Amino acid sequence: MNISDNTKHTAFLRYSRELILTLVVVFSFTTLILLLAGAPPLAAYYQIFKGSLGSWMKLGQVISVWIPLTLCSCGLLYTFRINLWNIGIEGQVMMGAIFTTFVLRFGMDGHMPGMYLCAAFVAGIAGGAIWALFAGYLKTKGGIHEIFAGLGLNFVAQAIILWLIFGPWKRPGIASMSGTELLPRELWLPYVSYMRLSVVGLVLAVIAIAVTALMLRYTKIGLYLKAIGSNLNAAHMFDLNPRTYMLIAMIFAGGFAGLAGGIQVTGVYHRLIPAISSNYGYLALLVVMLSNYNVWISPAVAFFFACLNVGSIQLPMMLQLDSSLSGVIQGALVLAALVMHAWRMRAKTLKEPFYNE
Amino acid sequence: MRIDIRDIHKHYGSTRANNGITLTVKPGTIHGILGENGAGKSTLMKILSGYIRKTSGKILVNGSVCDYHTPAQAAKLGIGMLYQEPLDFPPLTVLDNFMAGQTRGIKNQKDFFRKKFESLVDHFNFTLNADGAVEKLTIGERQQLEILRLLALGTEGLILDEPTTGISREQKESLFQALKKLASEGKSVLLVSHKLQDAETLCDTVTVLREGVVTGSVDQPYDAGAILEMMFGVLPGTPSRSAVEYGETVLSMKQVYGSGGRTGLSNCTTSIRQGEMVGLAGLGGSGQEVFLRLAGGIKKPSMGSIELLGEEVQGKNLHAFKKDGVVFLPASRLEEGLMPGLNITEHFALQDQGDGLFVKWHEASGTAQAKIKKFRVMGTPESAVESLSGGNQQRLLLSLLSKDSKLLLLEQPTRGLDVESANWVWWHLHKYCLRKTSVVFSSSDLDEILMVADRVIVFFDGRIVKDVKKDETDIDELTRAIVGKAQ
Repeated sequence: MNISDNTKHTAFLRYSRELILTLVVVFSFTTLILLLAGAPPLAAYYQIFKGSLGSWMKLGQVISVWIPLTLCSCGLLYTFRINLWNIGIEGQVMMGAIFTTFVLRFGMDGHMPGMYLCAAFVAGIAGGAIWALFAGYLKTKGGIHEIFAGLGLNFVAQAIILWLIFGPWKRPGIASMSGTELLPRELWLPYVSYMRLSVVGLVLAVIAIAVTALMLRYTKIGLYLKAIGSNLNAAHMFDLNPRTYMLIAMIFAGGFAGLAGGIQVTGVYHRLIPAISSNYGYLALLVVMLSNYNVWISPAVAFFFACLNVGSIQLPMMLQLDSSLSGVIQGALVLAALVMHAWRMRAKTLKEPFYNE
Repeated sequence: MRIDIRDIHKHYGSTRANNGITLTVKPGTIHGILGENGAGKSTLMKILSGYIRKTSGKILVNGSVCDYHTPAQAAKLGIGMLYQEPLDFPPLTVLDNFMAGQTRGIKNQKDFFRKKFESLVDHFNFTLNADGAVEKLTIGERQQLEILRLLALGTEGLILDEPTTGISREQKESLFQALKKLASEGKSVLLVSHKLQDAETLCDTVTVLREGVVTGSVDQPYDAGAILEMMFGVLPGTPSRSAVEYGETVLSMKQVYGSGGRTGLSNCTTSIRQGEMVGLAGLGGSGQEVFLRLAGGIKKPSMGSIELLGEEVQGKNLHAFKKDGVVFLPASRLEEGLMPGLNITEHFALQDQGDGLFVKWHEASGTAQAKIKKFRVMGTPESAVESLSGGNQQRLLLSLLSKDSKLLLLEQPTRGLDVESANWVWWHLHKYCLRKTSVVFSSSDLDEILMVADRVIVFFDGRIVKDVKKDETDIDELTRAIVGKAQ
């Protein structure tokens, strides 16, 4: 026990060291880009900071971004565990939003909002899970790589949203990019007024983290996902059916993503809009990779990414810089983290385990 | 090429894999390095080939001290290593593999290299076809290819790590001929092995390692007893065999066809009874692999009927095979048998497939501890399986088997193991036979099959060409059957 604690301790130290090094590299890189663009780097960082943590209102916005990002990250932890690249998570968020909206449209008169909201969340989870299962079946039965299946389904989901907004679910009289008709106030998730933050969403995200940690560490499903992910070809030795567990992982990922979509509809936009998923699915892929597939680190990374996203919104106004600077920082971070990971792997093979005769 | 190894140390933490090794390889000789698993042979060879760094010590090539630490630098000095598992590019053709690392620039030099390749093949009497696909080759043929490639790169000192493991008798002959030819041309050959017989037939000098130090160095002619004592300290015993009563039929195949491997399996009809120990002989990839996988439910037959305990298996999935107590253990333990990245406890936790949502970690860790002790696995419950040696991985796999297994199907169960570990494996499997479990195994070592099996089935070109009781045959008859000259 002592030994394993020790190794855990050194692993944590190494991770922190690498994280700091990564951050230094990334900010030097970003600073260089800012200098090349002729912008004052310190002012830009200050604006991002002020724009994300400068007021309760801003913090509320950050958390509103953090919630779907965290939910998607939790979902991706299941699929990464079994070595699936669930890039279709973006479409799963959209499907969750669609299913949620579908149920809520029956409660537009504002009666029994609690029941409709609960049903809507269940529907959202189901929608995301079904969309994930499509990709899962294409993978396990059709032999189509989950990246291609997922990407394809993302476009389909986006098309369905646009069709609904401009077709069957268009606002009376007009169809516009701004989305479907606003939901009645009764169907909005309750929120803290001075932060514009829905507490229900926050609670759900925290529960998702706890559930995921529990599932991955202590349940048989978690162990089976890890085993199959580490060696598909040895699954037969332990009588595990890889297809079954791939589908289970997809259901979890899709379910969490669908819930994120539901919260976007009921807690943030209060309607279905074309950009309802806001690329949070794609961003969550980066979050999980950067956090080294760790369930406790990903919420922190998600928070940092949320800060960058919200903080960079005011860059165009204040410094005439494009807000895509946050994307530059996030992309550079992930690339740097992957390089770091590759180095670690290389160091490991150079060291050569001694038993390996 | 003359290679002097002076006082080489390699320490991993407190473990000394090499602890002051000194030896000299003279030019134009074949030098054997013997020792059991874990003696430090592979470590020493990896240092010599630049794959890992030494902790201290000197290496002299042709009299001058050389400090190198990558395989590429070693190659420049003329030192090349043939690894236990050939390092090649399976999707490419033989010629493309041969050219890899040799071509420079963008000009297509295929014709030039084809000539070079073919002259080398002729020179060594190998059987390689330049346009064949590497993935279709047997381990022995891939070895031949790798040797030719190393020679073409200008290798003067060739290191071979357990080259006779998993290859056929014929390929071994041809390999030995080639090595002798190399030595007669002034090149030095270093042969790492735990097979005494190989060293006896081939090596001019033998150096024995045990626990990281040299325990002795002898020239031809050898005293086998003395070498064994240097290797093990004490002589290992042979596994005991006693008569077993056979029970009813466990597995029966009727006109079964299956695909896979080099030849697939054609028209296979046979049956296995309770308590039988059956050895499958044949050149690598002659149908034994497919046979074992079909019997284990890993593959489906394309035609024919397979019955387990009197019941047709058609339409049953792997889970049903497992429930009937059929277990298949593959030859490549880390690729198909264990989960790299998971530790020993996690492997035992995986076995518990009872009800309940949660993993019983405490129980699993207890089981792991007990099994490690009982099966003498060198490791702790927290050891990742990829850090175990081949012998210990095999012990772990065996410890994962259920006691109630009805049919064990083992692919080369002693591949890469030293004599002692192999004996232990046979002793353990024999206990299964006493409990009426049927054991079917493949092996490339006929002596081993004749030593442990009750019955031998010989495969040639995807067909069963011989099926006899051990007492009714001899090694010559089996050898002829293996190369397709039965009768």
